[in-house]
Amino acid sequence: MSQSIKINFTINGKRTELTIPPYMLLIDLIREELGLKGTKPGCLEGECGACTVLVNGEAVNSCLYLAINVDGKEVITVEGLPVTPEGEIDPVQEALIQHGAVQCGFCTPGMVMSIKSFVAQCNKDNIIPSPDEIKKAIEGNLCRCTGYVKIVEAVESLF
Amino acid sequence: MKKDLKVIGKPTPKLDARIRASGQAVYGQDVVLPNMLHGAILRTKYPVADIVSIDVSKAMQLPGVVAVITGDDINANNINYKRDNPVLKRGRVNCIRDEIAAVAAVTREIAQEAVKLIEVKYNVKEGIFDPFEALKDDAPQINEFVKGDQHINIAHPFYYEHGDIEAQKRKSAVIIKTRFELPRMTHCCLAPCAITADYSNVDKRLTLYCVTQIPFLFQRDMARVLNMAPSDIRIIQTVIGGGFGSKLDMYPYEPICALLSMETGRPVQITFDREEEFIASPTRQKMTIDLTSGADSKGKFTFREARIIMDNGAYTSWGATTPFVMMQTFSSMYQLPACIFDAKAVYTNNVYAGSFRGYGNPQATFAVERNIDLLAEKLGMDKFEIRLKNANYKDELTGQEMKFISCGHKEALEIVSDKSGYSPCHSREGGNLSNRYKRGIGFASMLHVGGGAKIYPSDGCGTNLKMDDFGKLTIITGSSEIGQGSETVLAMMASEELGIDLKNIKVINTDTDIKPWDVGVHASRTTFVAGNSLLGALKLLKEKLSNKAAQLLKTEIDDLVYEDGLIESTTSGESFKIDKVVREIHFKPPNELCAVYYYYEPGSEFQDKYYKGNVSDTYAFAAQAIEVEVDTYTGNIKVLDIHVAQDVGKVINPLGLAGQIEGGVVMGMGYALLEELYSEKGYILNPNFHDYKIPTSVDIPNIHFYPVETNDPYGPYGAKGVGEAPLIPTAPAIANAIVDAIGIRIVDLPITPEKVLKALKNDA
Ligand code: FES
Ligand code: FES
Repeated sequence: MSQSIKINFTINGKRTELTIPPYMLLIDLIREELGLKGTKPGCLEGECGACTVLVNGEAVNSCLYLAINVDGKEVITVEGLPVTPEGEIDPVQEALIQHGAVQCGFCTPGMVMSIKSFVAQCNKDNIIPSPDEIKKAIEGNLCRCTGYVKIVEAVESLF
Repeated sequence: MKKDLKVIGKPTPKLDARIRASGQAVYGQDVVLPNMLHGAILRTKYPVADIVSIDVSKAMQLPGVVAVITGDDINANNINYKRDNPVLKRGRVNCIRDEIAAVAAVTREIAQEAVKLIEVKYNVKEGIFDPFEALKDDAPQINEFVKGDQHINIAHPFYYEHGDIEAQKRKSAVIIKTRFELPRMTHCCLAPCAITADYSNVDKRLTLYCVTQIPFLFQRDMARVLNMAPSDIRIIQTVIGGGFGSKLDMYPYEPICALLSMETGRPVQITFDREEEFIASPTRQKMTIDLTSGADSKGKFTFREARIIMDNGAYTSWGATTPFVMMQTFSSMYQLPACIFDAKAVYTNNVYAGSFRGYGNPQATFAVERNIDLLAEKLGMDKFEIRLKNANYKDELTGQEMKFISCGHKEALEIVSDKSGYSPCHSREGGNLSNRYKRGIGFASMLHVGGGAKIYPSDGCGTNLKMDDFGKLTIITGSSEIGQGSETVLAMMASEELGIDLKNIKVINTDTDIKPWDVGVHASRTTFVAGNSLLGALKLLKEKLSNKAAQLLKTEIDDLVYEDGLIESTTSGESFKIDKVVREIHFKPPNELCAVYYYYEPGSEFQDKYYKGNVSDTYAFAAQAIEVEVDTYTGNIKVLDIHVAQDVGKVINPLGLAGQIEGGVVMGMGYALLEELYSEKGYILNPNFHDYKIPTSVDIPNIHFYPVETNDPYGPYGAKGVGEAPLIPTAPAIANAIVDAIGIRIVDLPITPEKVLKALKNDA
């Protein structure tokens, strides 16, 4: 048996210590070890983006990311986005909903996380992205239902 | 009294979108039950072989393995439309998807590991991968369970005709004959297949948490396969991560999961990874269409003769019945005096085809619309004019006896022509930007059922409604939500009728133990059929409420309006809160609950044995005009603008409607330009998103949508079916646009850059 390794990280704001096998993927850590099923396994090959989470604010495909590499880092999954006592959710989620960009919704949590990191980057750089830049930013997130139009419109509305 | 619509027609975000966007929706792969095991399936290594022996002993010994089953261990009947597909194969395998054994273990990894330890000895055989080969006189029988009547390998023949084809041929000034080749495309639902089976050996009942889009047919089929009573099987649909027709059939993994649960007495879950999803879930039929079409000197269409060979694959799913839909397009899209349609689903050792959004119609429409451009060219006629001249019209009774009680075909054509800026002089020359980049515009129409489709003895849907003492409404509908937004549409109708807020409405639609019958999500029927069913139920509920309210308000029933949570008398202006009225009914005479039940069966007919009859209550029409730019150096095609005009009867939810249109059109673009599941000697060559490309965000053109409202007399508020239509005309319109731009010959899909370059070279 390969040795297990102890890691320390923050998941959705909670400091966590776990001992895991070195080959464990981040998506398995999230879905199986922590039971957070909002992160979706669409392909497990880095091709669809359904498993996107934020590691230190950056969007990564959790199916390609070794879990041991989150040691000392901050991971945010869709469950970690704040919900107010009134039930208000993150503006990115709200924009997708209001623009009709959620159909079957299986791509949505990953899409939300990609958009979150993109919006944060744009805000930091103080730019208002063009539709083409938005399309480019979500190119790695496949959606079979919506044809992407409403997703792009939703992102535009955030600026 | 007719009042203005307050909710219908207003953009309404999906009710279930918050839960989905928050990651709280439970899809098949998210289900966790106590004591649950994980299943995995051993599939054949070779497409065609005799199975000499199966040794499961090593797999059984792996720690964590609880059960291993093979075809010899189970008592299960064959599945699928022709009952020609054994759940676990015995003695021989017929295609690369074939299931040989299955394992249940404490983790998914152990189950997968155990599958690798099963030793199978094969005697590899030659297969038949070309349906034309399979039709040869000396071809061996491919599926041992079905001996075709015309030929041993014909799984399903179809023949239809109307009119005097010979006379029409004589009338024709031009006749065009083309052979079209349409590829295997696959659904690529973002959520791979998943099921959890929970069999109780105490009460002998089976609960399946699954993703079927036809729960009641699935329940019946599962019962037959497992020799159980249908009522002992409870189907609970998890949230479904994409359907598009793929979940219209049962696949072996579903009964296999049930059998593993029965064997172990524990819940068992099977989920596919993406490769398994590509290999083991269905495809759109690959087919060869020989289409001969004619037109007279004025451009009126005279006849169509279609001869079709469909690659059925090794087993027969509902997909083999797509000719039902294809023949409607060949016989009745545009006015047509005569038609012959001959289609055969032929067994091969390829992976088997299933049903897919559009149900044969994308293939049929591709052939019809490509030939129309060729007819127009030969006649020297404008390609828009020829379409307009032959367009379908209101109250047309077609040769196949379909009745177009409402029809927006002409209007749709005119809109897209107008909006795309098309003019007859916009031709290859007009679009000649430079030596390198050429632009062109293409048209295509579509005809599809829009009011259900009577292909099963019942095409109906039941609805139960209950309004609780606090004025909240629960709609229990037979219909299913697969992401298309049906829950929201139903809630909008109830909100409209009862004047209550959408927040106060719940839709329950996932459990066969609770919901009444519905035939399932297909034929774009849910808004129409489930909508009419709901409106029937709402009428009954309102009768109850109005009786009491009229009594309380001392007024006539006709005098009442439902608005803002109130039932109001228009004469006195006095009102009661709706929940107060419910309590008056409940706690005082008549001491009743505010609950009702209604069942709706569309008025459509079963077609006769000649396939004639009005199979749907109404029909949907659409036209698309698409502009493309072709890079003649690289062969790359850029779709610039897609104009879609679709007869939707009446817009219910503009937001959901636009989503269906855009999603459908983009799927049609994939069919046109990108998607083909490549198969060689029965092996799938590209079972992943890297090699099987679907459109991504950067591929998206400007999509302009113009709904055409024909206010169908039978539709709820005048609405008709929408969901399948948008992808149907997209591929032929793109192909026609490319031909317009660069004048190459296009007879197959997808239109890849390599094919474009090759065609350009051949022409030069
Ligand atoms: S599941 Fe990770 S990219 Fe598809
Ligand atoms: S909403 Fe279904 S895949 Fe995006």
